[in-house]
Amino acid sequence: MDTHETAEATQTSGEEVEWETKLRYFLNSDFVRSSPYWGIPFLIMGIAVYGGMGFNIAISLTDARGLTPPDYSNLDLEMYTQVLGNDAFLQATQNNLVLLVTFTTVCLLLGMFLAILLDQGIRYDDKVQTIYLLPMSLSFVVTAQMWLWMFNNNNGLLNIIVTTFGFQPVDWIGDPSIALGSIIFALIWQFSGYTMVVYLAGLRSLPDDQFEAARVDGASTVKTYLRIIIPQLKESSVSAAVVLMVFALKAFTFLYALTGRYRPPNGTDILATLMVRQAFKFGKWAYAASIATYLMVLALGVIAPYLYYQYRQGSL
Amino acid sequence: MSQSTPDTNYDVASLVEEFNLARIGQYVLVIIFIAFFLAPLETGIMTALKTNEAVARTIPLAPPTSEGFTWDNLQFAFDRLSDAFFNSLFMAIPATIGSVLFGSMAAYGLTMVRWRGQMAFLVLFLIGIFLPYQAVLVPLARFWNNIFPLATMLEPTFEALPIVQDFHSNLVPLLITHIAYGIPICTILFRSYYQSLPSSLVEAAKIDGASISKIYRRIVLPISKPMFGVVFIYQFTQIYNEFLFAFTLITGADTPEAVVTLILPAVGASTSGIDFGVRMSAAFLAAIPTLIIYVAFAEQFAKGLRTGGG
Repeated sequence: MDTHETAEATQTSGEEVEWETKLRYFLNSDFVRSSPYWGIPFLIMGIAVYGGMGFNIAISLTDARGLTPPDYSNLDLEMYTQVLGNDAFLQATQNNLVLLVTFTTVCLLLGMFLAILLDQGIRYDDKVQTIYLLPMSLSFVVTAQMWLWMFNNNNGLLNIIVTTFGFQPVDWIGDPSIALGSIIFALIWQFSGYTMVVYLAGLRSLPDDQFEAARVDGASTVKTYLRIIIPQLKESSVSAAVVLMVFALKAFTFLYALTGRYRPPNGTDILATLMVRQAFKFGKWAYAASIATYLMVLALGVIAPYLYYQYRQGSL
Repeated sequence: MSQSTPDTNYDVASLVEEFNLARIGQYVLVIIFIAFFLAPLETGIMTALKTNEAVARTIPLAPPTSEGFTWDNLQFAFDRLSDAFFNSLFMAIPATIGSVLFGSMAAYGLTMVRWRGQMAFLVLFLIGIFLPYQAVLVPLARFWNNIFPLATMLEPTFEALPIVQDFHSNLVPLLITHIAYGIPICTILFRSYYQSLPSSLVEAAKIDGASISKIYRRIVLPISKPMFGVVFIYQFTQIYNEFLFAFTLITGADTPEAVVTLILPAVGASTSGIDFGVRMSAAFLAAIPTLIIYVAFAEQFAKGLRTGGG
């Protein structure tokens, strides 16, 4: 109000004053005042994440390989077409999608089952929960070593169990037709505790009376879960699924650590392992960068609908 | 009230009945899954304590017998990993502190202080959590090796410092990388906590004329203590366990600055195969720091997972 009156009094200097007040108001705003708090972390994160992504795309448009620095004067999409025409890439994409779908589905189902099981008033459920979640506290490098031993042909625990039941020993990670399945199994072992924890939180935030009401109506326990409880866990399912799917796309460490080499066991190559091998073993930087872009697009394909869903729900 | 008595009796009766059938089934399932989750760990620990001969002859789950028992594997693995433990901690502790502090600052500026358009920034932070790191590996290697060779620049300084060696300067780029990529998840973890706090807390202080930095130091920092614990535990575990960035930024497993996760996949390997006694010892030793933290603070770890994601 004050400014308005001054502005009317003397027109020329009034505009100046108004501009000055606006500036002062802007400098005093919460946006500016709080900017050192969010701005510095944003700058660091932004350079690393978005700068890195942009830099990666720039390199992918060059022909950079070996020790010579990328030449940015001749940019084209050649690497992207080269990648798409490559059998190894198509195979890795297929493996990646199989891993993504199977791993995510089984983890969600098993996690939900475990959560419901522990929610039945089991004694020491918090201790049990700690045990089920234990694999999540370990590095993939560590769990890969343990599973390498579990999968061992001669003395591995799995083959000892299999032969006790009278079957032939199985070459768990040496046989390309079952290697991917074995690895998915090990990853499910590591991650189902995580989905369980997410579902348990969801279950325990539901009001008890719904369950009681269904009971009074004469619905069986199974029916009550299927019709009333599980549909309400949708939000837990969505957020856990996104985390699992994004992990499934970038699961590199477990596969690398399993053999300690660039090439994962036969039949288990995924985009992440293919990309790292092309870059750090063969020095095909531009080629690897374009695989990375494809991978990033796949990840965005998972995240974007999720963020939109969250935004619509008002839970962002 | 008078009606509730027979009801309760009926419930007790049904509970007793249920105990015989469903209850036992539930506990059997719980125990089967305990075995499922512990078997690889138990197998690993037992194998770590066996001689080569015992590893070949006994089943992996069985504890070592008196003649099959040995500390040698653990001793060998510890000798192989002891320097790497220092490297891992030298890298992980500052990286954890850095990312947690920046995360709490960012969450404060984006949640407790209100301004228009902050949602856009939040989305940018959120995408940073889910980014596949493969999408930045090539630039990362180029940046730290060719464009800004910080490790080489720092080397003379590190030579003059006590405790650390000159090669530890190679861990600084890795440490900064972990801070940068840890900021998004830490921000979101703190944000979920700040959202649960009553907004009147900050409003009242604002009316009293407290500045934004004063509110952060005097009000927000003290009340976020429990969340600092959660984020610190979660983030330390992640960074200590991390492999891909270490693999990208450190030249190899045989360099003196190699961290624990980088060395582990090669311990006990030879042309004749893998010495599983040594390998399991190394795996178990490598896991000890995070196992201790996990067993002591399981609830905080779970809370970090619930709010932040894997």
